[in-house]
This record gives sequence, C-alpha cells and structure tokens, in this order.
Amino acid sequence: MKTVRSAPQPGKPRLTTSAMIASIAAEGQKTKPAPFGHALVELARSRPDVVGMTADLGKYTDLHIFAKEFPDRYYQMGMAEQLLFGAASGLAAEGFMPFATTYAVFASRRAYDFIHQTIAEEDRNVKIVCALPGLTSGYGPSHQAAEDLALFRAMPNMTVIDPCDAHEIEQLVPAIAAHQGPVYTRLLRGQVPVVLDEYDYKFELGKAKLIRDGKEALVISSGIMTMRALEAAQILKDDSIDIAVLHVPTIKPLDADTILREAGKSGRLVVVAENHTTIGGLGEAVAALLMRSGVHPPFRQIALPDEFLDAGALPTLHYRYGISTAEVARQIKQWL
Amino acid sequence: METSTNALINTPRLADRAYNIRRNALRMGEVQGQGYIAQALDISDVLAVAYFHAMRYRPEDPSWEGRDRFLLSNGHYAIALYAALIEAGIVPEEELETYGSDESRLPMSGMASYTPGMEMSGGSLGLGLSIAVGMGLGLKRKKSEARVYTLFSDGELDEGSVWEAIQSAGHYKLDNLIGIVDVNNQQADGPSTQVMAFEPLVDKLQAFGWFVQRINGNDLDAVVAAFDAAKSHPEPKPRMIVADTLMGKGVPFLEQREKSHFIRVEQHEWQLALKALEAGRQA
Repeated sequence: MKTVRSAPQPGKPRLTTSAMIASIAAEGQKTKPAPFGHALVELARSRPDVVGMTADLGKYTDLHIFAKEFPDRYYQMGMAEQLLFGAASGLAAEGFMPFATTYAVFASRRAYDFIHQTIAEEDRNVKIVCALPGLTSGYGPSHQAAEDLALFRAMPNMTVIDPCDAHEIEQLVPAIAAHQGPVYTRLLRGQVPVVLDEYDYKFELGKAKLIRDGKEALVISSGIMTMRALEAAQILKDDSIDIAVLHVPTIKPLDADTILREAGKSGRLVVVAENHTTIGGLGEAVAALLMRSGVHPPFRQIALPDEFLDAGALPTLHYRYGISTAEVARQIKQWL
Repeated sequence: METSTNALINTPRLADRAYNIRRNALRMGEVQGQGYIAQALDISDVLAVAYFHAMRYRPEDPSWEGRDRFLLSNGHYAIALYAALIEAGIVPEEELETYGSDESRLPMSGMASYTPGMEMSGGSLGLGLSIAVGMGLGLKRKKSEARVYTLFSDGELDEGSVWEAIQSAGHYKLDNLIGIVDVNNQQADGPSTQVMAFEPLVDKLQAFGWFVQRINGNDLDAVVAAFDAAKSHPEPKPRMIVADTLMGKGVPFLEQREKSHFIRVEQHEWQLALKALEAGRQA
C-alpha cells in the first residue's frame, strides 16, 4: 500500500538534487566533454552507413554533436521510443547502421518488446546507446535504470556493454561498429571522467582486463564501479590492503576465461561491484559462471538493492546504497 | 512481378490469383486443422492486387535490392501471406503441406528469419509501421524508388506505437510508404469498433498528414484503383488504404459463421470450404 514519506526535519543541512544528468565526475577530476558524440562523428567520417537517431534526447545523449556535423544523417523521431527502435530496425534492414539514443530506462522498460522483436530477433545491426545507466540520476525510479543490464542480458543476440569512462567510450564506438549485430551500451555523457588512460587500458569487445593486481581481494566490476574500485584501492592501500581490479565492460558475452583465471587464484575474496540491482547483472552473471565452473572463492556483491531507489542528491544516494568510493572501501575492508 | 506494372489491368486474371491465394490458405488450414482462415480469406483480394498488380519483385530473388518491401505487421495473417508467396512463386507450393509443423519455414506467426519474402517478424502487434518508417527513410537515403507496403489490422489501431509511426510518417512526408489497414472489425475480444472505437478513421489519418482512401477491400476493381492512386498520388504524403473486408470472404458458410478472431472450422469442413470456394468461382 502506498504511504507518503514524512516531511524532512527542519534545519538539517541537505544536498540538493542536481540537474537531471548530474556529472558523476568528482570535484577536480579530469574529464572530457561528450566523448560519444565526438567519437561518433569521427567514425561517421569513414562510415557513410552510420546514421544517428534519437527520441527527443539528442542533447542529453551527446548525439547533438553528430547532428551538427551530419544534419542529413540525423533522425529526430520525437518522444516515441517504440517508434525509435522500430524505425532503427527498418533503417538497418536497408543497410544503414543506426546509433539510436535515449535514456536507459526508456530503452529497457518502454521499448523492450520493440528491441526484442524488431532488432534482436531479426538480428539487425542497430547500436543502442543509452544515458543515465543505473543510479546516475537523482530523479528517482523514473530515470534510474537499475535493471537495464538484467533485461538486455536476457535478450538473445544482444551484446551488452557498461563502459567506465570517456577513454573507454571513445574506443568502444568504432569497436561496436566493427561488430555486426545489435549492441546495447550504457552511456556516460556531458563532462565524463577520464580514468583508464592512466592504466594503459584498451577496450576490446568481449574482453575483461585486469587494471591492477592485488593479493587480498579481487574486485570484478563494470561501468563507473571500476572507477570507484580503483579509487577504493587507493584508500585501502593506506590500510595496507592490496586489491586487484578486473574491469568487465562487456557484460554479454562474458569473458569467462579471464574471469575464471582471476577468480580461480586462491586466497582472494571476490567482490563484484556494479551500478545495477543485485538481480541479473554482472554479479549474478559472475556468480553463475563460478558455480558452473566449480570455482568457489568467498563471494560478495556491491550493487543496488532490490527496491525503488530514492530521489535526492547523487553523492547522498551513492553513499546510501553503498556504491560511493568510501563505501566500497569500507565494505571490502569489513569483509576481509 | 517486376513486369506486372506494365501489364494491362486484367481483373479476371487477378480474380484467378485471389482464388488461388484463398485455395492455398484453405489447404494450409486443413494441414494444421486450424489457422486464421477467416482473415486470410478477407485479405486475399488485397494480396492478389499487391503481388500481381502493384508490386515489383523477383520471385527467384526475394531479397532483390530494387523490390518493393511488403511488411506483414499482423503476423497471424501469415497463412494469407504464405498463400500469396506460394502463388507468386517465392515459396515452393509443396511447402504448403508443412504449414505450422516442426521444421517448417511457414510458422503460424510470420517471422523474417523463417520464410523467403517475409520482411519482418510480426505477431507482437503494432510493430510494422515503425519498421516501415525506418525502411522508408532508408530507401530515400539510398535514392531508391522502391516502396514499402505495410499490412496491419484494425485491432492494431489500439496500439500507441501505431500512432507514433503514423505521426512520424506524416512528419517525414514518406510518400514511399503505403499502409493497408484491414478493417474486418474483429479483434481478439470482439468487434474492433466496440473493443476500442477508432472511427472516424479516415479523418484521423488525414489529420496526421496522410493521403487516405477507403474502399471495399473485397472489390478487386476498387482495390486496383486504390493501389494505383496510392502509387501515383502527387502530394508528398504517406498513403493509407483503409480496406473494409468481410471475414471468410469467398466461402459462404464461413462468411456467415459467428464472427470470431479465431474462427472454428471442423476437420471435415476444410474440404467443404474448398468446394464452396470453387463453386463461388464458377458462379
């Protein structure tokens, strides 16, 4: 039954909800503007089959960069996500490669059947690029796509990606274009942190990469949680705790060999960290892989709870749900 | 066929085509003991005109780049489209015996990956026009003169996505898109106009920027004229043919049977239906 929340206590200092698309960059962090938009423009110069499509969210998915450069290759479909993906299937059927953008909530929840039937079942070469993945908006469940990875993992033919930063997004654009078939990728837009360049990292579709090694725990992570895990590693280092971070940007197909190799090294706690509900995402994918393969390290999950998440300021929410850097470090330390 | 656009309009010949499509559909229905036969019979005249008067295609090369695309949004009408594809020589007639069976390329609900000449996977209703919009945009990008025909049912008018597509086709002035809505006034839960009122349909579609014709979809001359006008209409608008049809058309005892989305046919009645169809042809 619906209950309305109690009014907040007066006088208590509070963070305010940021813009709908709050930057996830920390104060002073190195960032790049609109990495997806610029990478798509670069790709489109050599790929005349690339077209851009959106459902009234061009500006909010960095597709406006492409639209400005290639106005005649840009299709505004209006605020109509089912049409967006059906039409993307039609353009793909005619030999084009649509990059279709919206928010993750709308692709996964509103247009699921359209993507399932017209794109995945027909194996159309559509790249679905979605902003506001997981908990990256303080607007509440309407804009928080906590379950998108679970939904798209369950769809046959679909490749599923959760990138960490601007460096990775720039690299994944040509990589998913080189892959024939439907792809769902989460998108970070606006001023996007640059993290992985310092680790000599290169995105390869379907590959997990060990970003740092460590003796006590192995964090297997995707998306922004790899950034958080790397930050947490620095904090834990001060406590003389040494953790490894395995970045798994391709959620499906999962890089089973690398995950089993790293998780199979004895003596380490395995923690899967994801900006996603505990249900059906990277954590459960890894857990099932380990169980099927007879690899049984101590196992923990850092993920969003199975509940409708609160509205509010992102730092508050990331702390509340255990995905802030400090909370990641605290939980790992507690489990060791 | 590729050459058919140049052929003389020959309604008796189209009547033969429509007869053969109905006959193929009834034979498939008999194989399976069921099927959306009443819909197949109502839409056979439209399919005869589409495949043997209006559309360009190469039977031996169903994915020929220059073909007109035919999207079957209402995937449960597959029995009718298979009947037309067999008549058009795109699907071999002997496969008719496999309809709805294991390993068949003719499943009960149409899917692009199963059947030559099937352009989309329908069945989840309301998908076709959205795909058609993308294909229409794509064909214009390629400067192709091919057209996209999309058949859908009056029940699909309940789906919001259909109106998203109708609005966008008007916005993009997709004059290479020809929609055909089968108004047989029957959907799963009853008469379509009672399940969810959709009239005045012509006015609505016109208000969305479409060139609209409403015809008796079982009058071959009217269907031919509507397809011709849809192709030749000079305004840069998408085109819609609203085809009022009679379920069971051509088999009097099915025309008169109580209307239902999934009309009941007893096993012994399939042969009776084929005989009734033939009798009607001779009359």
